[in-house]
Amino acid sequence: MLDYDFMRTAFAAAGIVAVVSGAVGYFLVLRGQTFAGHALAHVGFTGATGAILVGVSPLWGLVLLTVLGGAGMGLLGARLAERDVAIGVVLAVSLGFGLLFLHFFTAYATQATALLFGNVLGVDMPTLWTLLGLGVVCLAALGVISRPLLFATLQPELAEARGVSLRLISVLFLCVVALAVAECAQIVGVLLVFTLMVAPAAAAQKLTTSLGRGVALAIVLAVAEAWAGVALAYWTDWPTSFWITSLGGIFYLAASLAGARSRR
Amino acid sequence: MTAIRLDGVTLALGGRIVLDTVDLRIGEREFVGVLGPNGAGKTTLMRAILGLLAPASGTISVLGAPAARGNPAIGYMPQSRAALAARLTGRDFVAAAVDGHRWGLPRLGAAGRAGVDRALGLVGATALAARPLGELSGGERQRLLLAQALLGSPRLLLLDEPLMSLDPHRQRDVVELVRQLQRELALTVLFSAHELNPLLPALDRVLYLGGGHAAIGTVAEIITGPVLSRLYGSDIEVIHLEGRIFVMSAGCEIERDEHRHDHA
Repeated sequence: MLDYDFMRTAFAAAGIVAVVSGAVGYFLVLRGQTFAGHALAHVGFTGATGAILVGVSPLWGLVLLTVLGGAGMGLLGARLAERDVAIGVVLAVSLGFGLLFLHFFTAYATQATALLFGNVLGVDMPTLWTLLGLGVVCLAALGVISRPLLFATLQPELAEARGVSLRLISVLFLCVVALAVAECAQIVGVLLVFTLMVAPAAAAQKLTTSLGRGVALAIVLAVAEAWAGVALAYWTDWPTSFWITSLGGIFYLAASLAGARSRR
Repeated sequence: MTAIRLDGVTLALGGRIVLDTVDLRIGEREFVGVLGPNGAGKTTLMRAILGLLAPASGTISVLGAPAARGNPAIGYMPQSRAALAARLTGRDFVAAAVDGHRWGLPRLGAAGRAGVDRALGLVGATALAARPLGELSGGERQRLLLAQALLGSPRLLLLDEPLMSLDPHRQRDVVELVRQLQRELALTVLFSAHELNPLLPALDRVLYLGGGHAAIGTVAEIITGPVLSRLYGSDIEVIHLEGRIFVMSAGCEIERDEHRHDHA
């Protein structure tokens, strides 16, 4: 299957995105902000459909609106970023606008389906390079903020007392999440970013109690799910996103069982 | 030298005056219990000493310098909440505070590791720290929080309700531990609590907050009907019984009732 260019590109794209999603997802789960990540993906849908409408690449529309959305959520304060109702409303409104843009575009169900459920096999070389570039920026930014981010996550009051700006950290982190979400949406679609952002990280946190090993394991699991998903899709001709989400669910379930047993 | 000095300090929270023109001197190496009804400003006072809340008027100085954020001479133990990171080891949790305000990856150097070892050793939590936070009892978790507060060898410890939701036996252990550390390390300690009795064996002086006022002195000076009646703004009776002190209002014990209210 690696004889085909599009398959090699698909594996490369899935790998890049999985590494980013695993690492960023670990902190997202640790901070209990997974719903915010989910909402950012929906905001991204509006951006992508809007971009198609004005004739720009949907990826850049995704990136622009998710980053704006992330920064906005961070600025509105840590309390709002965790408030389910506010996020839920933003999420629904975004999807609604996305639908409206699609309506004006009078377009193709395939375009919408690709945005909602991903299309890793349709990634071309320029997109692959863009994914790589965005991924490097995303991981570099995460690396720079990771120490104060961890401190602010585990002990916000103490971090504040030591001079960490909780708001700045929150804004920067949600921008990093926004980039990761935009990447992730290319592979599994905006509706399913949970599967690469949250499932591997949550499974990793069930399996190890060490921080460093947890991040590494989240990355390994995400890459394993993404690659196995692409391969299974090739052999079965079923959608890649279906396989990735199924594997995500299975890994998480297995990790929960293993975690529960080791605690006994 | 005074460890903490307040001159005509007024603290306001959201337009409400919490402390009104308070003057206060706390000497070095004093163990001061901070008491008072809910909302009397125990946490607010600590946040002001940490430089997180600027006084509406007056000046606060800490160890001879004006109160400012990020003062490494202050160790702070915030009120503990349900830990988010229940699956992380105690050691990683404590270590997150080492240089947590600096950008970069959360990697500990030799000095950082030695600092964590020392702090864990001081509170007798070296063995505990290998276990995930979620598996520790309330008292064990308080030890780790205390270790975190002791990182970087502070001279002043601000402990916000370390006894909350601990049973009387564990409460006694925590108070004894803090008293012992305070003597060994020549620390100034501000220890806020709901109930006076667990602190009685350790206290040098008591700081009682209420109705915007503050009164500081020995237990015999402060825990009296007239002083507390002024702070609460109602008739308070103090009853001594078998080495314990009960603060009563209209025949009900005040602190006990508030405690119950907290958990409702």
